[in-house]
Amino acid sequence: MATKDIVLDHVSIRFGAYTAVDNAHLVIKGGEFFSFLGPSGCGKTTLLRCISGFSDPSEGRVLIGGQDMRGIGPNKRPTALIFQNLALFPLMSVADNIAFPLEVRGIGRKERRKRADELLDMIALPGVGDKKVHELSGGQRQRVAIARALAVEPDILLLDEPLSALDLKLRHHMRTELRAIQQRVGLTFIYITHDQGEALTMSDRVAVMNAGVIEQVDPPETIYNRPKTSFVASFVGETNAIEGKVAQQTEALVSVETPFGRLQGRAAGGRQYKAGEDCILFIRPEQLSLEGGTPNTLTANWVKEEFEGNSRQLFLEANGVQLRLTRVNLGGTPDNLSGGTVSLGFTPEQAIVLPHGALAGA
Amino acid sequence: MNRGTGGGVVATGFSLLFFTFLFGPLIIMVITAFNSSSFPRITPWECFTTEWFGVLFANDRLMSGLANSLVIAVSVVVIAVPIGLAGALALSELGPRLRAALYTVLITPILIPGVVLGISTIIFWGAFGRSVGADYGSIFYSGMFLTLAGQVTFISAYAMLVFLARLQRFDPILTEAALDLGATPGQAFRKILLPFLGPAIGSAAFLTFLASFENYNTTVFTILSGNTFTTALASKVRHGTDPSLSALAVIIIGITLIGAVVHEAHMRRKEVMRTGTTARSRIYGNPVLRTLVHPLTIFVILLGIAGFATYQGTQHDAGVCKQQILDEKRARQQELLEEQRRKMEAQKQNQAPASTAPAEEPVKANPSPFGGAFKSNGLKPGE
Ligand SMILES: Nc1ncnc2c1ncn2[C@@H]1O[C@H](COP(=O)(O)OP(=O)(O)OP(=O)(O)O)[C@@H](O)[C@H]1O
Ligand SMILES: [Mg+2]
Repeated sequence: MATKDIVLDHVSIRFGAYTAVDNAHLVIKGGEFFSFLGPSGCGKTTLLRCISGFSDPSEGRVLIGGQDMRGIGPNKRPTALIFQNLALFPLMSVADNIAFPLEVRGIGRKERRKRADELLDMIALPGVGDKKVHELSGGQRQRVAIARALAVEPDILLLDEPLSALDLKLRHHMRTELRAIQQRVGLTFIYITHDQGEALTMSDRVAVMNAGVIEQVDPPETIYNRPKTSFVASFVGETNAIEGKVAQQTEALVSVETPFGRLQGRAAGGRQYKAGEDCILFIRPEQLSLEGGTPNTLTANWVKEEFEGNSRQLFLEANGVQLRLTRVNLGGTPDNLSGGTVSLGFTPEQAIVLPHGALAGA
Repeated sequence: MNRGTGGGVVATGFSLLFFTFLFGPLIIMVITAFNSSSFPRITPWECFTTEWFGVLFANDRLMSGLANSLVIAVSVVVIAVPIGLAGALALSELGPRLRAALYTVLITPILIPGVVLGISTIIFWGAFGRSVGADYGSIFYSGMFLTLAGQVTFISAYAMLVFLARLQRFDPILTEAALDLGATPGQAFRKILLPFLGPAIGSAAFLTFLASFENYNTTVFTILSGNTFTTALASKVRHGTDPSLSALAVIIIGITLIGAVVHEAHMRRKEVMRTGTTARSRIYGNPVLRTLVHPLTIFVILLGIAGFATYQGTQHDAGVCKQQILDEKRARQQELLEEQRRKMEAQKQNQAPASTAPAEEPVKANPSPFGGAFKSNGLKPGE
């Protein structure tokens, strides 16, 4: 089975003066499900096209299995790309689409057809080989695109937001499906998305990108629980950001001077802060509670409430800061808080203090 | 029909007028092709004849022109379609500024009057021929070559426009996908782009063929002393016409009709195939009817009908009828002569002055190829 590592060695990609990817440096291990997660326009597609061979990096190297890929065209690389819009060939039947990579390698018609049928079985679509592409549903096309890419017998499958055109339900279904296919064939999947749900559920590791810069590379749980930058903290999952200045630090605990008074959180990644440094304290909505905890207690005004079935979202405001709190619906009578002041609390271990930086969507 | 508003009558009347306007000349032309009168006309109807087709095919100038036209048109297709395709591909690959410039250059030949193109083609290749020291027997002074060169300059631009329109709907991602799946650039072009352009290649070939075949403005200069179908036709019309041109019209109309019907059958079939309503359709659901309305079957049937009509036409002999007409004419002439003689005698007897004898009379008695049709009162009945 293929175990070619992919090394991005200080890769930068520029369009004129504009830097689309800035000094990406990481190793993707063979057989890994690796995701690039970032907002629209952050350079994900650009990076992927560079790995698949449609462009070469302006600086740095792309190595696949230890070999420098500079100057090697997309048809000679051990990669297969699944495009954002799938790019199935509309004039060909489903089987011809899947067999296309074999056709251009000069494999005979019979053998091609046999292989296409095998792949159709694998993606659980037996018997659709003679249909035209436009006769398939969105999810089926998705799977055909995967089968076609697998027909190349690539070492690495690159997927560019392949689920973005599907409706929500199918998207959720295809997440599971993709992960299952990946585990069955044991290939390296490099998956691009701006949907954090997709990245977190499927991946072994996630790289979070912002404006061309890779901010953090870690397994999903680490990304969510221990973000390394304020961008990652605010982009992945919902969170409350409270800006302030460091007052003092004792071991891993940092006291922050905020508009709500002095609050405590843990220092991200064992970092040492200087007193007076600008920082942001992040606390997740589900970790805020309505019982004032020591030493972190704050009061805020009720703004509105949204019922979401399994939970209830409370929107609060104080000192010019919007806060959000999630109450799990346990079936009891709802707290009647409308219009009043609410006192909140959280434990210092739940909050995370990060140096001041860009926030997602801000 | 909307009898209440009376709109129906007006609409019907208007449509009738419109179609008369559109098809009247064609219908009359078709009828004149079968009248034995040597001038194309319907009345007086003389004899049903097919001899004008024979006259048409016996016209060497027209026939050799037709052969030239076909050779030129086929060559133009062979040259202009690839050039147009190359131009369109180049345009779709270029950056916006270069693209605009190249587009202007490639499209100019369409905007330049054909006459100018024709003359400049002769001058250009003549100068070129002189500069390489070629003599007047060389290719640079041959009408066929000059016509080909002149027509290709602007007809390839037509082809290019057809390809450009189609290319605009091509998703370049498909080519990238093919490359990514291991195809070489050549394979991607042959297996992805060319099949996509297939219909456009067909229409471009058709369009360039017609554009070449019917071209007059440029060709009339570049063909030099030679003839194409259009130039031969034009000079024939200028030198006086006979119903063999109507016969030609009949042939052209026939070919067009066959083409149109077959095309229509093809389109309907494609539509049904595309929507997948084959099984539900009353015609396409039935295997016998389906074969019957297949474009190929229809083509063969129409061809058969045309062939049969042609064969019948060649068997037809209007000799007897024409003899009759001739005899009638002779008899009438005789009658007129008699009458005249009687008048003269009467005049002589009356000793009347010479001025009362109309000078016109003897002229009218002359046998004319038009049966006196052009005389002011030649068609008056019972004279
Ligand atoms: N060929 C190009 N020339 C100039 N700029 C480009 C080119 N391709 C991409 N860019 C720029 O690079 C940046 C990153 O583009 P990219 O397509 O990689 O974004 P993305 O992360 O894939 O976004 P999305 O999620 O919307 O697909 C964008 O700002 C884009 O404008
Ligand atoms: Mg993209």
